[in-house]
Amino acid sequence: MGKLLAIVLVIIALASAYPIVTHMFVLPQDISTHGHAIDEQIKETMLEAGASFVAAQFVLAFFVWSFTGRKEGSPLKNFPGGAKVMVVAAFVLVGTEILALGVLGQKAWATVYFTPPSPGAIQVQAQAEQFAFYFRYPGPDGVFGATHPDKIDEGNQNYFGLDPANDVAARDDIVSGELVIPVNREVQLLMHAKDVSHSFYVRELRIQQDFVPGLDLSLHFTATQIGRYEIVCTQLCGLGHYNMKAYLNVMSQQDYDKWQKEQSAQ
Amino acid sequence: MEESSVQQAHVNAPPKGFLRKYVFSLDHKMIGKQYYGLALAAVFTGMALSWLMRIHMVWPLAKIPGLDLLSKAGAPGGIITPEYYLSLMTMHGTLMVFFVLTNAPFAAFGNYFLPIQIGAEDMAFPRFNMMSFWTTFVAWAVLMLAFFIPDGPPISGWTSYAPLSAVGRDAGPGMEYGMSLWGISIALFCVGSLLGALNFIATTLDLRAKGMTLMRMPLCTWAWFITSCIALLAFAVLLPACILLILDRHAGTSFFIPAGLVISDRMQPHSGGSPLLWQHLFWFFGHPEVYIAILPSMGIVSHILINSMRKPLLSHKVVIYSMMSIGFLSYMVWGHHMFLSGMNPTSALAFSFPTLTITIPATLLTLMWLGSLYGARIQINSASLFALGFISMFVSGGVSGFFLAQPSIDIYLHATYFVVGHFHMVMGVASLFGVFAGTYFWFPKMSGRMMNETLGKLHFWVTFIGTYCVFMPFHYLGLIGNVRRYQSFVDDFMQPYIGWHKFITICALITGAGQLIFLFNLIYSRFKGEPAPQNPWNATSLEWSIPSPPPWNNFGDKHPVVYHDPYQYGVKGSKGDFVMQDSPEQVIVSGD
Repeated sequence: MGKLLAIVLVIIALASAYPIVTHMFVLPQDISTHGHAIDEQIKETMLEAGASFVAAQFVLAFFVWSFTGRKEGSPLKNFPGGAKVMVVAAFVLVGTEILALGVLGQKAWATVYFTPPSPGAIQVQAQAEQFAFYFRYPGPDGVFGATHPDKIDEGNQNYFGLDPANDVAARDDIVSGELVIPVNREVQLLMHAKDVSHSFYVRELRIQQDFVPGLDLSLHFTATQIGRYEIVCTQLCGLGHYNMKAYLNVMSQQDYDKWQKEQSAQ
Repeated sequence: MEESSVQQAHVNAPPKGFLRKYVFSLDHKMIGKQYYGLALAAVFTGMALSWLMRIHMVWPLAKIPGLDLLSKAGAPGGIITPEYYLSLMTMHGTLMVFFVLTNAPFAAFGNYFLPIQIGAEDMAFPRFNMMSFWTTFVAWAVLMLAFFIPDGPPISGWTSYAPLSAVGRDAGPGMEYGMSLWGISIALFCVGSLLGALNFIATTLDLRAKGMTLMRMPLCTWAWFITSCIALLAFAVLLPACILLILDRHAGTSFFIPAGLVISDRMQPHSGGSPLLWQHLFWFFGHPEVYIAILPSMGIVSHILINSMRKPLLSHKVVIYSMMSIGFLSYMVWGHHMFLSGMNPTSALAFSFPTLTITIPATLLTLMWLGSLYGARIQINSASLFALGFISMFVSGGVSGFFLAQPSIDIYLHATYFVVGHFHMVMGVASLFGVFAGTYFWFPKMSGRMMNETLGKLHFWVTFIGTYCVFMPFHYLGLIGNVRRYQSFVDDFMQPYIGWHKFITICALITGAGQLIFLFNLIYSRFKGEPAPQNPWNATSLEWSIPSPPPWNNFGDKHPVVYHDPYQYGVKGSKGDFVMQDSPEQVIVSGD
């Protein structure tokens, strides 16, 4: 039965690697300026992890094949070099891998989190709530109106708790259920959670960030392809979690300006 | 040591009466079996829940006969609602992580075999031991109660992130009473585990037989000892976290709830708390918990592998030090669950590095197992098959950790099925393979009867191939961005992949059904199995030096004396190719 286990191990290793090698499951198209670095990092890690996976399963299979069903008196041997070789191998091989992946691979992280948004970035406030996203633009005056949680009134579509009666800056704020942005312009998202934790995930944008109640976070990115993409919530937020989504609409600058004007006119 | 409580516990005749013998037993062996029984009940419940989830995911309108009797609101007409899916998911995770993966490899086998393997009559504190089990039992009962109350079980997942978990009724169905039961249950579980961990540590340090130095302890005893040290610190943090959560829910405090939250159109009367505080406390426990689940299985697998290879591992010490390093490092990595949580992004790098570093001792362990197979005389039986399967599973689940340890990759893969595949394989399946191996190996000792080998092997093949078919595709689905914790796949991009989810569901049903073979074998062999000899596997450690099943005081009136390292295999002994730890004969290394 040892031989059978060896064969099954080889089949499992090959079958597991097959969908990866033949690109049956590919990452969706990348539409961001920083996503390329993440994709490269995934590719590199896939190579190293995949090689370790296949190698380990093959070695296991080979040893199981070779050393089962041996006769009672057949001699026991030790791996040449013994434990020392293993310790050196683990430290050198894995150590190098860690350095390569861990230290050199933080570029993408740094682009997203350590570089401040450029001064010209478009600011959009994103609010997550059970079970929808809303987006707010400052309007022609370029200033966001203040928000008041006690003034939130979903029935009257006052999702952010604006007070246009007393607050001039709030009067021209544009509120949308869709995140509309111009292509190739940096966008700074000011993230606010109304009720519980949520998350902002756009696969094509290679962006994911939690909304944390009580903690307003900022995120910035640049989309490089015109199109409509799904924004989904990835932080379990209650019974409608699976249905919490919105769309990211990336437009040309002209279309974006037009959209802003139309919204302001409403 | 003559005055120790152990001696007192066993100073009189064996316990008489049903209650003292089988229910409120002070005997570590009975308590070990009780833990095993509880884990068995929990694992089959948890598995049934996963079946329901998998069925609902791909056939959302399927009618499950009888499910409406359990919850009219959750499954009207037997059709699972989206929120009930989340309830099932929460209960699945909680049962599996706490009541299966902590109880079975650690509390059950540890209780039964740790004292015997070090030559002790019982645990250091038998009454504490009884209390640990019964506290854990009550914790389980409180959790299960959530199924039967009108509110239903909570829907916030096994991680119970605040503020969803902290605000009560406004957060949705199951979040009023169901969530409170969850909090109480887990707090009780922490108490039980803390008592158990203390007991294991005291027993290992104080009750070792003459000659049983620390380095002469078998590897599974080492693993249980290291795990106890981890558990002592981890549960000591989760316990106060649960208490704070209960206070937020019922005493009007605001540890985890900030000001200005409007939930279900109601302004929450809280201010000043932080949701991130819960995440830090939870994961400070949560990550070490992964090692609480896997380390005992590493020890058990090493113990069994050595026996079936008929030779020791390349280095006893390297294995012990690797397990220690994993235990130590497990405390510095909790933040890798929180890369995208809004904590300072610089700390992500600080958490990423030790996470990647933990690969070194994990690789070392793998190399120790693999390298030791070279030149061995591997005997194949149900126990060794599961031990070898463990190595394969541990590697498969481990390599995906490489991706998730890197914050930049986590931006894309976090909260996808990639993560689900990763932890199910490495923490769930690998750890359970250790439990299966342990069961086939030790069942003869625990029951006095052998398990059926044919059924055992059949169980292995179904489980080994089945779990790969279930969990490997999870990784692929993660790569395309399939998000976890969704009751159905409403997104357009998922449509071409529904077939894969159906495949997974069918494999999960078959693999789950395969576990019934195991259950049958367990019950059948208990009553009808061949009588087991004292040492059926020609093993060397102390549990095999006493009758199967062991007498109530383990070693009779004798005090075992240990003369050797635990794994004297491949030598010329008086009984064959091994010398037992308590045998005074000299070890003669085989000439061949």
